[in-house]
Amino acid sequence: MIEGVINKIIPFSSVDGPGNRTAIFLQGCNFNCIYCHNPETIQLCTGCGRCVGSCPKDALYQAEATIVWEKDRCCECDTCTALCQKSSSPRTMKMDTDRLFEEMKLYKRFIDGITVSGGECTLQQEFLVELFRRAKTEGLTCMIDTNGSNDFKKMPELVALCDGFMLDVKVYDAKAHEKYIGAPNEAVLANLHYLASIGKLYEVRTVVVPELFDNEETVRYTASILTGYDASIRYKLIQYRSMGVREEGKKLRSPSRTEMNQLEQIAKKLGCKQVIVV
Amino acid sequence: MALNIIQDTTLTFEQKVVALARHAENSLNVLNISKEVQDLRDKGIICDLFEGNAPYRPRYILPDYEKFMKEGCKFLELAPPTNIWEATHALLIFYKHVPSITTMPVYIGNLDTLLEPFVKDEDEARLAIKLFLTHIDRTITDSFCHANIGPYATKAGQIILEVERELENATPNITLKYSEVTPKAFAIEGIKTALKTAKPSFANDKMFTQDLGNYGIASCYNGLPVGGGAHTLVRMNLVKLAHTAKSVEDFFEVKLPQAMAAMAEYIEERIRFLVEESTFFETHFLVKEQFIRKDNFTSMFGLVGLAECVNHLLGATAKEERFGHSKEADALGLRIIETMHGFIETHPSPNCKATNEKLLLHAQVGIGDDINTSPGCRIPIGEEPELWKHLVQSAAFHKYFPSGIGDIFPFEVTAMQNPEAILNIIEGAFEEGMRYISIYSSECDVIRITGYLVKKSEIEKLDRGEATLQDTVVLGQGQVRNGKVLERMIRV
Repeated sequence: MIEGVINKIIPFSSVDGPGNRTAIFLQGCNFNCIYCHNPETIQLCTGCGRCVGSCPKDALYQAEATIVWEKDRCCECDTCTALCQKSSSPRTMKMDTDRLFEEMKLYKRFIDGITVSGGECTLQQEFLVELFRRAKTEGLTCMIDTNGSNDFKKMPELVALCDGFMLDVKVYDAKAHEKYIGAPNEAVLANLHYLASIGKLYEVRTVVVPELFDNEETVRYTASILTGYDASIRYKLIQYRSMGVREEGKKLRSPSRTEMNQLEQIAKKLGCKQVIVV
Repeated sequence: MALNIIQDTTLTFEQKVVALARHAENSLNVLNISKEVQDLRDKGIICDLFEGNAPYRPRYILPDYEKFMKEGCKFLELAPPTNIWEATHALLIFYKHVPSITTMPVYIGNLDTLLEPFVKDEDEARLAIKLFLTHIDRTITDSFCHANIGPYATKAGQIILEVERELENATPNITLKYSEVTPKAFAIEGIKTALKTAKPSFANDKMFTQDLGNYGIASCYNGLPVGGGAHTLVRMNLVKLAHTAKSVEDFFEVKLPQAMAAMAEYIEERIRFLVEESTFFETHFLVKEQFIRKDNFTSMFGLVGLAECVNHLLGATAKEERFGHSKEADALGLRIIETMHGFIETHPSPNCKATNEKLLLHAQVGIGDDINTSPGCRIPIGEEPELWKHLVQSAAFHKYFPSGIGDIFPFEVTAMQNPEAILNIIEGAFEEGMRYISIYSSECDVIRITGYLVKKSEIEKLDRGEATLQDTVVLGQGQVRNGKVLERMIRV
């Protein structure tokens, strides 16, 4: 049985897909967004030990090349992740699907399904396939929240098991994407078309960062693609906020309500029926 | 005292009339109350919740409104209605003649099924229902008045939910009976309305039907037989009782059995006076025309403050030792409830014909004066665990309380974007064994106090010393001050 590296499990989430869902955040990401809101999910822990002494509850200790995290003692103060200079966290868990479902057993009846997010969850594709197979036997729906960097056409089994995708389209302009996200966006845009064409695109998300991107261009492009396939695909426009971001992101300003409303109107004029501003 | 009532500037005329009637009733001394019972009453360990000294009407009456709609009423000289206007008027007339301890009806029927046969033109029905609900809010000025809808979806039910979203009235309270026959879309409409105006609550229809047959939800959340009701409700304050016990053993061996016996004796005496001496069941038109039947009544054995009782008995101060967080504390809570349930199972109550001559347990929601006394079996406000843990903990208690128990969860207003998530939670809760669940959102003016509804804006009015239309506002004001109801954990 394959083990996944999990950063966090939120038993109840009402913002990660349809209905009440358990959101499972996997560790590791192949993007490095300047404004990343969960920078501690980007890298796998190297076991450097810098965080160990900082824990006010003594929930961390070094065991050879790894850090052991005692979950029951943890008070979730985030001192360790704030201290980490490698965009990682000592508080990750290696779990196979049996263990994960054992943990979910107590609250499974209150949820519609699971949403796997990250980091970038498709980096642990084999684990996802095993997890979704099991989830289906438990009567749960499966959603993926992805940065779209991996070509879903090449993952037919995972796509077949997945009920819907939430895809980030951060910026349309390729150069800006390279510069501020740290990776190209061809695959993202290809996935936007592909997932919409097969009727599995549940939602697209764009974080609006006024100083970095031509957000209007991104919204226009995305909205026109969505309406070309299915105008009822949800388009969520997220107001950038500096909470939880690294130093370089803290300087960036949050868009005003007026700016957000303008973008919402643009998407609506292009035919999007479900534009959500958060 | 009577002059104080007359001169009270915060009471409306109608509220003064009711208070004066209560004052007169309480000048009588007609019940045979033993020294043991009186002692526990004086200590506030058992309390009849303002029912009055001379029970001359049952506390909760659930008339068979279906029969009324079919046959009309001889005493009120009303023929069966033939259209939506006649139907709403007939009900409004009838409501004014349903007794209770507040003088106002605590159950006004399964409104959707009562009105559905008369919904022909939807616009006309909408206007009629809107006026009907407004009339109820402005004349039944007590939010213990409770309407039911569901479990089937109807046009009338849909209109009621839509109109309530628009009106945002505190009265009537509404319960949506939910079961597998309830279409999801109808339940979602209910959730949207609840997030706007704190109602409907959701009742586990399958569970109530199994326990009570043809039931209605009256007052706060009281499940009772339709065509009957409850003679009385007396409650035990478990916190105060726990403070008289020297140990856990003393509580179980001595104090609780004594208090249960005394409370049952008091309940029986109240029932006896009502049934044998008051003349209610011989004279009232509701009985004569069989809108209610004497043999369809039960009585309620209430309790309040389980959480604080458990915490006191265990001397639990740290969060992880307390009720709602510790296995030991929760197990002690269950043991107390099982003991009380065991008592009512063996205590004969000959006038409770509706429930095999047994009393029913009731998780009482408290009164405005209660301090550090959580409603029924609820986890105290300010100590709520994560939502799923809260639901699982609470569900374990619900099966013991056919005549009412419930939990309340306020949600962030963003829940409006995904009402399906709340439906998943409700469905899971019912599967887990919960009986009754209430929700509202952080932005509602109408909020659920403990079981009944009050507008925050009306409490503010009362705080300024102005009279308010609903008599329940003053109760809400007490609970806001003493029961921390505005501090409930908001769920995201």
